[in-house]
Amino acid sequence: MKARVYVTLKNGVLDPQGKAIEGALHGLGFSTVEEVRQGKFIELEVAETDAEKAKAQIDEMCRKLLANTVIENYRIELA
Amino acid sequence: MKSAVIVFPGSNCDRDMAAALHKIGGSAPAMVWHGDSALPDGLDLITLPGGFSYGDYLRSGAMAAQSPIMREVVKAAERGVKVLGVCNGFQILTEAGLLPGALMRNAGLKFICRAVTLKVENTETIYTCQYQAGQEVVFPVAHHDGNYFADDETLDRIEGNGQVVFRYADNPNGSRRDIAGVINEKGNVLGMMPHPERLIEQEQGGTDGRAMFESVLASLK
Repeated sequence: MKARVYVTLKNGVLDPQGKAIEGALHGLGFSTVEEVRQGKFIELEVAETDAEKAKAQIDEMCRKLLANTVIENYRIELA
Repeated sequence: MKSAVIVFPGSNCDRDMAAALHKIGGSAPAMVWHGDSALPDGLDLITLPGGFSYGDYLRSGAMAAQSPIMREVVKAAERGVKVLGVCNGFQILTEAGLLPGALMRNAGLKFICRAVTLKVENTETIYTCQYQAGQEVVFPVAHHDGNYFADDETLDRIEGNGQVVFRYADNPNGSRRDIAGVINEKGNVLGMMPHPERLIEQEQGGTDGRAMFESVLASLK
C-alpha cells in the first residue's frame, strides 16, 4: 500500500526558509505572494493490505520519527 | 572519571570530546559505536559529540536519537547517569525526549562558525558549579541548526525551574529567550549548542571550557 505523509511546521513556529523562498518569488516578480511556509513530503510503500492497520502503523512512524511533534504537524494520505 | 563518547555515523567532534575528557578526567573515554546494544559498566559521564550524524537527514539528530545505543543512554539517564550533549549531541537529546524543546534552522539561514559570548545562568548544576554566578564565557559555535525553540508554556516552566544554564549575550541564531544550553529537571542531562570541549588549553585560544569538565569531576569526589 502506498502512503503519502505531509509534515508541516506548526503555526507560531517561525519559518526563515519559507521567508527566503517568499523573497526569491518576489524577486522573480510574483508580488502577489503573501506567505510561504515550507514542509516535507515523504512517500512510503508499506507491505500491509488493511488500510486501518496501515494508517495506524504510519501514524506511529510519524510520531516516533518522521515528524518532530514539538514543532511539526503531520497528515497521512493512503493511496 | 569513567566516561564514554557515543560515535554516530557522521559525528566529527568525537575526538575533540575524547581529548578533553582524557586531559581533564585523567583517563581515555570509551568510544562507543551507535550500533552497540550495551554501554560499558560504571560510567560516570556519557557524552554525545558534535557533527552531522546521519548527514542531518530528515532532521538533525532525529535518526541518531533512535540508534540502538540510545535506548541504553536513555535508560542510563533515567538512572541518574550524567549525559552531556554538545551541538549535534544537544539535537539528539531533544529528539530523544531527554531534554525539552527542539533545535531548528538558524534564523539567519547561514551556518555560523565563530566565538560567542555566553552568560552562565545557573551555577548550581554539576556542570557549572566551578563557574561564578553571572560569569560570561566565550565559546565557539559551529552550527546551521542551533535555533532553540519551545512553546511559551515550556519556556516559562524551564525558566522557572532554573533549567536554562547558558544564554547567548548576543543571539547568533534566533534561539528563543536567547537559550544556548538547558539541563533536565533532574539535573543530570545537559545539552548545549556551543563547544566547551574546544576550549581546554590556551593553545585553543582560551580555557573557558575547562570548568565544565572540572565541575563534573569535582561532583564525583
